[in-house]
Amino acid sequence: MGKFSERAIEALIKISASISIVGLLMIFVFIGKEALPILTSAKIQQEAGPARLFLPQSPEPGEPKEFSWQPVSELPKYSLLPLFLGTLKVTFVALLFAIPLALGAALFTAEFAPDRLKEIIKPAIELLAGIPSVVLGFFALMVMADFLQKIFGFTYRLNTVNAGIALGLAVIPIIYTVADDALTAVPRSYREASIAMGATAWETAARIVFPAALPGILAACVLGFGRAIGETMIVLMSSGNAAIVSLALNLPLRSLSATIAAELGEVVTGSAHYHLLFFIGTGLFIFTFVLNLFAHWFVKKLQKKVLGI
Amino acid sequence: MVGKIFVTLSGLCCLIIVAIVIVILGNVAWHGWSTLSPRFFLTAPTHGMTSGGIFPAIFGTFFLVLLMTLAVMPLGIMTALYLHEYAPKKSLIVSWVRLAIQNLAGVPAIVYGLFGLGFFIEFVGRGIDRFFFQDQLTFGQPAIIWAALTLALLTLPTVVVATEEALRAIPFSHREVAYSLGATRLQMVRRVVLPQAVGGILTGAILAISRGAGEVAPILFTGAAYYLPYLPKKLNDQFMELGYHIYVMATQSPDVDQTKPILYATVFVLLTLTFALNFTAIWVRSKIRRRLRMTK
Amino acid sequence: MKTKILSTILATIALPLSAATTITIKGSDTMIILNQRWAEAYMGKNPNVVIQVTGGGSGTGISALINGSTDICAASRPMKQDEKLKLRDRFNTTGTEIPAARDGLSVYLNESNPVKELSFQQLEGIYRGKITNWKDVGGEDAKIILYSRENNSGTYAYFKEVVLSGKDYSPLAQSLPGTAGVVNAVAKDKLGIGYGGAAYAKGIKLCPVKKSAKVAAYEPSLENVKSGKYPISRYLYYYTRVKPSGEIKKFIDWVTGPEGQAIVSNVGYFPIK
Repeated sequence: MGKFSERAIEALIKISASISIVGLLMIFVFIGKEALPILTSAKIQQEAGPARLFLPQSPEPGEPKEFSWQPVSELPKYSLLPLFLGTLKVTFVALLFAIPLALGAALFTAEFAPDRLKEIIKPAIELLAGIPSVVLGFFALMVMADFLQKIFGFTYRLNTVNAGIALGLAVIPIIYTVADDALTAVPRSYREASIAMGATAWETAARIVFPAALPGILAACVLGFGRAIGETMIVLMSSGNAAIVSLALNLPLRSLSATIAAELGEVVTGSAHYHLLFFIGTGLFIFTFVLNLFAHWFVKKLQKKVLGI
Repeated sequence: MVGKIFVTLSGLCCLIIVAIVIVILGNVAWHGWSTLSPRFFLTAPTHGMTSGGIFPAIFGTFFLVLLMTLAVMPLGIMTALYLHEYAPKKSLIVSWVRLAIQNLAGVPAIVYGLFGLGFFIEFVGRGIDRFFFQDQLTFGQPAIIWAALTLALLTLPTVVVATEEALRAIPFSHREVAYSLGATRLQMVRRVVLPQAVGGILTGAILAISRGAGEVAPILFTGAAYYLPYLPKKLNDQFMELGYHIYVMATQSPDVDQTKPILYATVFVLLTLTFALNFTAIWVRSKIRRRLRMTK
Repeated sequence: MKTKILSTILATIALPLSAATTITIKGSDTMIILNQRWAEAYMGKNPNVVIQVTGGGSGTGISALINGSTDICAASRPMKQDEKLKLRDRFNTTGTEIPAARDGLSVYLNESNPVKELSFQQLEGIYRGKITNWKDVGGEDAKIILYSRENNSGTYAYFKEVVLSGKDYSPLAQSLPGTAGVVNAVAKDKLGIGYGGAAYAKGIKLCPVKKSAKVAAYEPSLENVKSGKYPISRYLYYYTRVKPSGEIKKFIDWVTGPEGQAIVSNVGYFPIK
C-alpha cells in the first residue's frame, strides 16, 4: 500500500473522529435554530414569549393568574412550570427507587459475592438494560399500575409513582454498571491493608472501598439522573400525561420529553407551538450537556482528592 | 452482626432487581406465547391489527437496523482507532472528541428525534429535493434512511466505547513487535490490532443493534408508520417497526380485547430479540475483560 | 444461512414494483382502523393501487396536508379557519372537504358504575373540573377520574368545542394517546370516565347522553345517530388539497359509495346517510 493511500486513510480516520464533535454541534445548531424564534421573533412572542412560559397568566381577563399548559385552545397557554415540576417529580421517584437498589447490588457483586455467583448475577442485572423503554412503558401501563394501585390504594391509576418506578428500572442498569466498575477498580491493596488490620469484609467495603470509589459512584448517579430526565416512552405511556402544578406523588404528571413526543406530530411547521417544542428540546439538550460537563469536572476533582494525585 | 445485615441487604437488592426482570419476561411470555406461530412471523397484519402477523414490522426493524449498522460501524471504529492509535497523547482534540462522545451518549432520545426532523428531513432532505428532484417531495419527508442515520448518531458512543475497550485489551508489545518489523502504523492496525479487536467490535455492534431495535422516540417522526401495505424497499420509504408497533397498538387500537394477544406476542418477540442480542454481547465482553485482566 | 438471508433481502429489494399508484392517508387516530379496512378492501379489488395509512391525530393529518406530505388527510374534526388560511398560503387552495363517515362520540364509563345517564351540563362540569365527585351526578361518593385524549386529537378538539363550549379541560384530565388508551384506562378504573369514537372492550359501557336535563337520554346507536337524537355525533372527514381526480377520486368515490359505507358499519361507525 502506497504512502498516499496510507495518508488518505489516516485523514479519513481523523475526519471520522471529528464527526462526533461536529454531530454534537449540529444537534445544538439545528434544534436551537428552530427554537430561536421564541427568543427573537416578536410575532411568536405574542403567543409564546418567555414571560408566558415562566410567569403565571390569567386564562381569561379578570380571572386569577395560574400556571397552565393548554396549547390547543382558543387562548393557548404555554406555562412550562407544570412540565418542569412533572419532570422533576418523576425523576426524583425514579432515583429514589433506583439508586439504593443499584448501589446495593453493586456493593454485593463487587465485594461480597463469590465469583461464581457474581457471574450469574451481573449479567442478569445488565440484562435489564436490554429491555427497550417502550416495553417498560407497556409493562407499567398494563401490569404495574394495577399492582401498585392494589398495594397503595391510589385513586389515580396512572401516577408519579407508577411512572417513577418504571423509569427507575430503566436507570438501574446504568448506575449499577458504572458503580460496579468503580468499586472493582479500587486497588486490591486497599482491601488487603484493611483486612490485615482486622476489619471484616463489610467494614472494609463500607469504610474503605466505598469512599475510595466515590467519584465513580457519583458519576454513576449523575449518569442515571441525566438518563431519567430525558427518557420519553416510559413516561409517555405510564404517567397519565396531566399537566398539573403539584408535588403530590399519587397524582399523574406531564413531563417535558413526553410533551414533545405527544405534541410534535400535530404542530404546523412554523407555528408558535412548533418553535416552543423545539425550545423545550434545546433546553433538555443544554441541561444534559451542562450536567455532563459538570459531572466530568466534579469527578476529576474528586478523583484527585481521593487518590491523592 | 451489623455486618451480616449489611451483606444481606445488599444481596437483597440484587435479588429484587433480578426478580423484577424475571417477572417482566414471565408476564410477557405468559400472555404472548400462545399467539406465536410461523404464521405470526411470516404474514402481515389484517382486519385492523386484530389478526394476522407482524412480518412487516420485523422486516422494517431489520432493514432499519441494517442501514444504521452500515452507517455507525465504520464511523465508530475509525473514531475509536483515532482515539487509541492515531491521536497524539493528551492532545486537546482527543479530550474534545471524548467529551463529545460522552455527551452524545447523554442526549435524550427525543432530542435525537427532533434533530432527525430538523436536520435530516427539513434540511438535508429538502435540500436534496431542491437540487435533484426539482422540488418534488421525495427525501424531504419521513424516510427509513433518515431514521437509520438518526439512530446511527445515537448509537455511535456505544460502538466507540466498546471498540476502545477492545483496543485497550491488546498489549502494547504486540504493536511494538509490528513496528520493529518495519510496519507502518496503518499496516500495524490492519494486521495486528484490528483482528484482535474483533471481539470488542462485535460487542459494540451487537449493543448498538439492540439499542437501535428498541428505541422508539427517535423514529416517531422520522419514518415509522403504523400500517403500510408494502415493505420498505427504497431509501425514502416509510417502514413499520416492532417498537413503534407496540406503542401504537397499546394506545391506538380500539378493539382492545382482540389486539391484546397480538400486542403481547409482539412485545415478546421484541424482548426476546433485544435480550438475545444483549446476552451475546455481555458474554463476548466478559471474555474480553478476562483477557484484559490476564494481560495486566 | 447468512447468504440465504442476504439473497432474500436482495431479492425483495430488487423486486420491481409494477407501475402502481400510491395514495397516502394521514391523520385521525379515530379513523385509522376504518382507513385500514378501507385500504385493505380497496387494494384487494384494485391491485394496481397502494394505499398507505398512518395516524398521529387529526392535527397531524392536517399539518401533513399543509406541509404537502400526504394526499388525503383524515380528520375527525373540521379544519379550523387558520389551518385553511395556512393551506391557502402554501398551495393557493382552501382544500376540499369530503364527509366519509359519521361517528357517535361516546362517553365511556366503567361497567360497574351505577350512573345511568349524563347531560351536557354535567359532562361540561365534570371535564372542566367543576364537578369532582360521582355522587353529584347520581353515582357513589368517590372522586371522578378524568381520562382524555392528547391535544393533537380531533376527538379532543371536537369534544372541547361541542361539550365544553370551547373552554379548557381540567388540568387533572389525563391525556392518553389514542382511543385504546382511554378505553383501557376506563375499563381498569371503576371511577373513570372517558370519551372517544366507537370502541369495543370488556369492562366499559357507553353512557347515554342527553342534551339538557329536560330531554331524554340516548345511547349512541345507529338509529339515534342517524336521526340526530344522539347529541354528540360528528362527521369524519377526508380532506384533499385540490378536488380529487384520477385514482384518488376513484378511491374516495368507492369509500362514499355502498361498498365503502358497508365497511363503516362493520367497524362500528355510522354511514354518512
